[in-house]
Formats: sequence, structure tokens, C-alpha cells
Amino acid sequence: MLLAAAVAALALVPLGHIVVAAVGVGWDGITELVFRPRVAELLVNTVRLVGGAVVVCVVLGVGAAWLVERSAVPGRRVWHVLLVAPLAVPAFVTSYAWISLLPGFDTYGGALLVVSLSYAPFVYLPAVAAFRGLDPALEDTARGLGLSTWGVFRRVQLPQLRVAVLGGALLVALHVLAEFGALAMLRYPTFTTAVYDQYRATFNGPGATMLAGVLVLLCLVLLLAEIRLRGARGYARTGAGAARAVRPVRLGALTAPALLALAAVVALSVAVPLVSLVRWMATGTSAGLDVDTLATTTGTTLALAAAAAVVTTVFALPTGWLAVRRRGPVATLLERSTYLGSAVPAIVIALALVTVSIRLVPGLYQTVPVLLAAYAILFLPRAIVTVRAAVEQSPPLHDDVAASLGASAPARLWRVTLPLLAPGIGAGAALVFLAVVTELTATLLLAPTGTTTLATAFWSASSALEYGAAAPYAVVMVLLSAPATVLLSRDVSRDVLPAARRGPTP
Amino acid sequence: MSALSVTGVTKSYGRTPVLAGVDLHVPAGTTTALLGPSGCGKTTLLRIVAGFDDPDAGTVELGGRVVAGAGRPVPARRRGIGFVPQEGGLFPHLTVAGNVAFGLPRRLRRDRARVASLLELVGLDAALADRTPHQLSGGQQQRVALARALAPEPSLVLLDEPFSSLDASLREDTRRAVVAALRATGATAVLVTHDQAEALSTADQVAVLRGGVLAQLADPRTLYRDPRDLDVAAFVGEAVVLDGDAVGGRVASELGELVLGRACPDGPVRVLLRPEQLRLSAGPGPRARVCAVDFYGHDARVELELPSGRRVSARTEGGDLPLAGAEVSVAVTGTAVPFPVGTPSGAPCPSPAPAPA
Repeated sequence: MLLAAAVAALALVPLGHIVVAAVGVGWDGITELVFRPRVAELLVNTVRLVGGAVVVCVVLGVGAAWLVERSAVPGRRVWHVLLVAPLAVPAFVTSYAWISLLPGFDTYGGALLVVSLSYAPFVYLPAVAAFRGLDPALEDTARGLGLSTWGVFRRVQLPQLRVAVLGGALLVALHVLAEFGALAMLRYPTFTTAVYDQYRATFNGPGATMLAGVLVLLCLVLLLAEIRLRGARGYARTGAGAARAVRPVRLGALTAPALLALAAVVALSVAVPLVSLVRWMATGTSAGLDVDTLATTTGTTLALAAAAAVVTTVFALPTGWLAVRRRGPVATLLERSTYLGSAVPAIVIALALVTVSIRLVPGLYQTVPVLLAAYAILFLPRAIVTVRAAVEQSPPLHDDVAASLGASAPARLWRVTLPLLAPGIGAGAALVFLAVVTELTATLLLAPTGTTTLATAFWSASSALEYGAAAPYAVVMVLLSAPATVLLSRDVSRDVLPAARRGPTP
Repeated sequence: MSALSVTGVTKSYGRTPVLAGVDLHVPAGTTTALLGPSGCGKTTLLRIVAGFDDPDAGTVELGGRVVAGAGRPVPARRRGIGFVPQEGGLFPHLTVAGNVAFGLPRRLRRDRARVASLLELVGLDAALADRTPHQLSGGQQQRVALARALAPEPSLVLLDEPFSSLDASLREDTRRAVVAALRATGATAVLVTHDQAEALSTADQVAVLRGGVLAQLADPRTLYRDPRDLDVAAFVGEAVVLDGDAVGGRVASELGELVLGRACPDGPVRVLLRPEQLRLSAGPGPRARVCAVDFYGHDARVELELPSGRRVSARTEGGDLPLAGAEVSVAVTGTAVPFPVGTPSGAPCPSPAPAPA
């Protein structure tokens, strides 16, 4: 309980920092810093980008999910993998791929295209999972009652997809709010890029903090809106037994347009970035590839990612455990505070940790522990979700049975609990590891001087318009992310624990 | 194998009392079924005996040793109790052999012969030893769970609704295999169930738990034929209840004059018959109208309406069945059990002597 409270407290440091700073600046200061034309401009920019991206992602994600899960469009498995594939390419790499091909791409349309294509899988994946979880019998019943395919979609499937799609839309919105690299490269100013510029200009004036405060408020508004919209209604398959297989809807004359639409999405989100990367890779290597630097950078990145994975998973264990085994208001509060903490954009977390470390423990400023703390705050929910699922898979019953067979508490931990949790803990650590490999924003601000990761090396090269030199780092990042993406595309409806999930079958 | 004695055990969760003073004695080497509706506290009692929960008051004695109630309770792992949970609770990360050998001392865990003999004891093929739990059927999982519980030679085996998750067809086989294994090891066993047929057919004695207290503890035949009150009677099987006046060991009822199975003071009584005591014929006798017939193959249940409007059922052989709407005459075989009217909870007439099993 104490451990979980400490973890929650760590996760809330950035929010606390903003509040403390706001109080320090005072109401007059806030009015002066926040209510000015520049902030209004940023607000408009940010809101229309977030709104546009959510709409595009929901349309693309739900439409593609329906085609793959419920229609007879040819090659559904291949399309599925290709539609998830953008997750392997960090948004700032996609952005780089486009701007380096089309220098005039730095417009609202360009920004909208890049973030929508990068984040559409956040809606697509939960929508696919929800489609697979729907009872086809409901759809058959609706058809039996005389509904058309469109009617079934609108009146039966869509209401049941609501929770999944809302969750996905929230993820898209939060990611767009926090997106730094992609938008900075397209020179599209939002709060996040403005906070960074402000920070670079004045190091850490109240200006940056107050902008960050507005950004955090936007995040909180989104979280609250999602909770309100989601409501408390649950949908579950009634009745036991396995769901029957789905009979896909024949598209007939619409097959060609459907294929064309899917092909267009995949071409824009996967093919263009890859072609661009390959092209720059060729250009870059012709100028001579610095293998040593690339290897060192990769090594540093992997080491940091591994350390962050271990630290974050260890932090996640007490919270994930409590959330299942000691259900109650306190455990829920502790779990939610870690989620809240990481809904805050990376730029804000980094900014807060810079200030807090300078004020409280100057020796820690720009050291690996602070960077790891930032990673932990950012990625705790990924680890907690998987640990939590694993704890749910290992009911206390096994502990009781082991006790009745004479096993002591440490023996039970070693022989029963840990083996059961291991796959979940491993999956959580892997998710954190992969997220850290492509993390840019917090790393830029917090990495010790002289420490470069793949993301920051890529960033400095591409910021200097050395597109060829940047390409190899991007390629390594994509290659490192690819395996996890393939796994994700496979395990949509199962969870991360295929083995442990199959418990005793009655 | 040792006897289990539970004395005055109470337990509440928050303000909800679950057990309100339960006394139960299970002689060594016998099987007792704890029977009761859902929420009557039977699983709580089982968990207290196992040591997963502690009683608020009262004692639990195992083979003459107090394990809960006086001083610190003995932890579950030192009680030497085998526990078979609902749905088996096999460790999903271990093979069948790993599960069965879990409670054995370290040097015996690799003893294949030991595992094989335990599997054989519960009627399983030793070739299953290397399977993982999810490759087994529900019934096989239950048997492995029993083998695992029996492996360390426990002084008492507790089974928590072990058959309730199985299909009807699998349930009979599994139940027989479990009973045979328990008998073969001479184990003392407590079996929790809400299925009265399972309790009556499996156990040496049945403890009916109701509202957190023991309503009756008896061998199955006594419980069925001579229940303490009408609630217990209705719980352990279908009951035909009639009103009448007792005079000198006989009762005049709607179904004619019935002989009482135990002594009872003269006066108004309600009497209990079982559906299989009712015989239907076309001959003379009290009349009834057939409302419905449920045909099961080996027998049938006929629902009858008596002239007073009271509905009763009769269980008859499946051969020559009346049609719904027909008039039949009803004869009664055997004796009826009287419960004097006016006593609060239908307290029984004093039994002449405890009926032999």
C-alpha cells in the first residue's frame, strides 16, 4: 500500500509542479501570461488539429475495422497487419518522411494527415477487438428483424462499439495534444511545441510553465469528457457457449472502391514513409554510414529502454496487485492517479522534472535516474494494465490451494504467484521497452549531456535538414518496433497472456 | 485419518452474520456432505475448517488438536488438509504431474511412480501426467485436483462443490471415481454441495445448513424419510404435504387414512409423504385430476390436483401413464411423517429411536 502510494505520488509530481507554479505566479501573472493573442492562436491551432485528427481517425479506424472484421473484402488478414503497421513508425519519422519528400507540406492539412495516419491504429485496434467481441447472434437477430447492413451497423454494432471507439479517440486526442516531434518538424505550432520553444528561449520561465498548465487543462477536460460520454453501461454477451463464426457481408460492386480506400490508407500511412526512408537511407549511406556512432547510439537506447522497463515494471507491481486484490476506493484512487499522471504530455513531465530536480536535488539534474523517472511516469499505465490483467488471471484460490498443500508464504510466491504473473510482467516490460526506444520529447529535455538515443540523434540530424544522416536512426527504430507491432496485430482479441488465459476449461 | 469437530463456530462479514453457531462432528474415515442453499454459509464453514478464514468465535478440532479457537489459529499449511476447490483450481503453469506432486516433499516430487499411483487411485490414466491442465476435460481436472489433495496424505479432505461445474453425464462418473478414491484411502472428507441428490448418494452423513445454523445432521436415509421439519423435508427432496387430524397414530387425510411413522399426540397435524409413495390406478379410492405429466424415461412425475384444489406430485414408473386431464385414483404406500400444527417452526414429534442407517 505504501509502495503504491509512493508510485502514485511520483506520477503526480508534474501536475503538482504546475499547480505550485501557478500559485507562485499568482492570478495577475496568470492573466498576463495566459490571456494573450499568442495563446489564443495556439489554442485554435491545437483544438482544430485535435478535433480534426479525432474525426479522421474514428472514420478511418471504424471503417477499416468493419471492412476487415465484417465484410468479405479480399485479403483481410493482410490488410489487418498493414493497418496496424503505422504503429511501428514513430509519428516524427512519418512527419520527416513527408516533409523531406514534399517541402511544402508544413500546413494544417499536412499536420492533420501525418497525425491522423500515425494515430488511426489507436481507434482501429480497439474497434477490431470490439467487433470480435460482439455476439454475431445479435446481428443475425437484427437482420431477422429486417434491418439492412447499414441499419445493423448503425443500430446494433455502433452502439456496442461506443466504449471501444471513445477510448481510442481519447488516446488519439491525448497523443495529438502531446505530439511534439512530428509537429515541430512540420512547423505547425501547438501548445506542446510552444512550451518547448519557450523552454529553449527562457530555459524555465513561468511562461513555459503556464503554457504547460493550459495544455494540462485541455488533457483533463478530455479525460472528464470521455468519462461522461462513456457512461456506466456495460455490454456483454448474454448466454454461455462459444460465439458462432461470423458470415462476412458480401460487398458486390462495392468491393473495388473498398479495396481502393484501404490501399490508399495503407499507401499514405505505410508506403510513403517507407519509400522515403529507403530513399534517404540510400542517399545517407552513399555519403558514408557512421556505423560506430549508430551502434553506440543503439546500445545507449537499448540500455536506457531496458533500465526503464525494469524500473517501470517494478513500480507497476504494487499498484497492479492492489487494484485487483485489495479492491476499494484507496486502490482505485492510487491506480487512477498513475493514469492521470501519464495523461500529462511528455513535455510537461520533462519540464516539471527539470525544475523539481534543480530545486530539490541539484545533483540529479540531467542524470539517468531523472530520465528513468520521466519514462516511468509516462509509461506506468502500460505496465500496470498488463500486470493487473496477470493478477486477475491468478485468482487467490491458487494461493489457498498451495497453502493447504503445506507451502509457506515465500514458497507460494516463488512456486505459484510469480510463475503465473511472469508472462504479464514480461509483456508489460516489453511494452515499456518499445515505448522508450522511440521516445523523443522527454529524452531531449532530460538526457544527460553527451547521451544520445536513436530518437534524439535522428532529431538533431533531421532538424539540421541532414535527412540522409537521420535515416539510419529511423530505420533502426522502425526495425526495433516492428516485432511488437506484429504481436499487437495478432493478439487483438486475446490478451497479452494467451497461455495463462486458457485456465481450467469447465 | 482423524475426526473433525466444529463447536459453536460463528462468523460475520461486516454486519452480515454468515455462521451463527455451528456444531458439527465428522467421525474419522467417513464422508459428510454439507448441504444448503446458496448463501447459507457452507463455503464459509469449509474455509474456516481449512484455515483460509478464522472464526469469530467457536473452535475447530482436528484429530483432537484445536486448530482454531484457542490461541493463535494454526495456519492452513500446517493443518494437513487436502482442499479440492470448485472447478479444480489446478495450477495452470504446471503439468498434471507437477500439480499432483506439488504438496510432496521436494525429494519425492520427481517420483513418477508415486504420481502414477495417485492418478490411478482417482481413475486416471498415468499417460496424462505430462499434459497441462487446459488439455484436460472438466472431470479429469477434478480428479487431478483430488489426487493433488490426497498426495500428502492429509488428515481431512475438503471438497467445495467439486461437481457443480461438470455436465450431467460427466458428473456421475466423476462423483463415483471421487467416492471410490476417498473410500480407498479411508479419508475423512467434507463435501460442500447444494445438490440434494449428490449429498444423499455420496455421503455417510448429511449436514443441512440453513441460515447459518445446522438444521439437521443425519445419515441420508433418516434425513430423507424422517426429517426434523418440513423445510428440511422440502429441501432434501420433493414433498407431498397434507393436512389432517391425528388420532391414535392414524390420520384421516384427503388421500384416505394414513398410518403415521412415528408417535404423535392427537390433534391437528400436517403430514409428509414422498411422491414415490403415491400409486395411481383406475380402481376405487380417493380421486385426483392429472394436471401435467413429465416423462423422464426411467420414470415420470405426474402432477395431480386434489378435490380441495391442493396440488401434489406422484412419481411413477414410466410404463402406463395417465393423460393430462384424466381422473385417477390415488393410493398411498408406507407411512406418513407427522408434524403437529401450531408449534412455531413445525417442530417434530419425538422420534421413537434414531433410525438405523
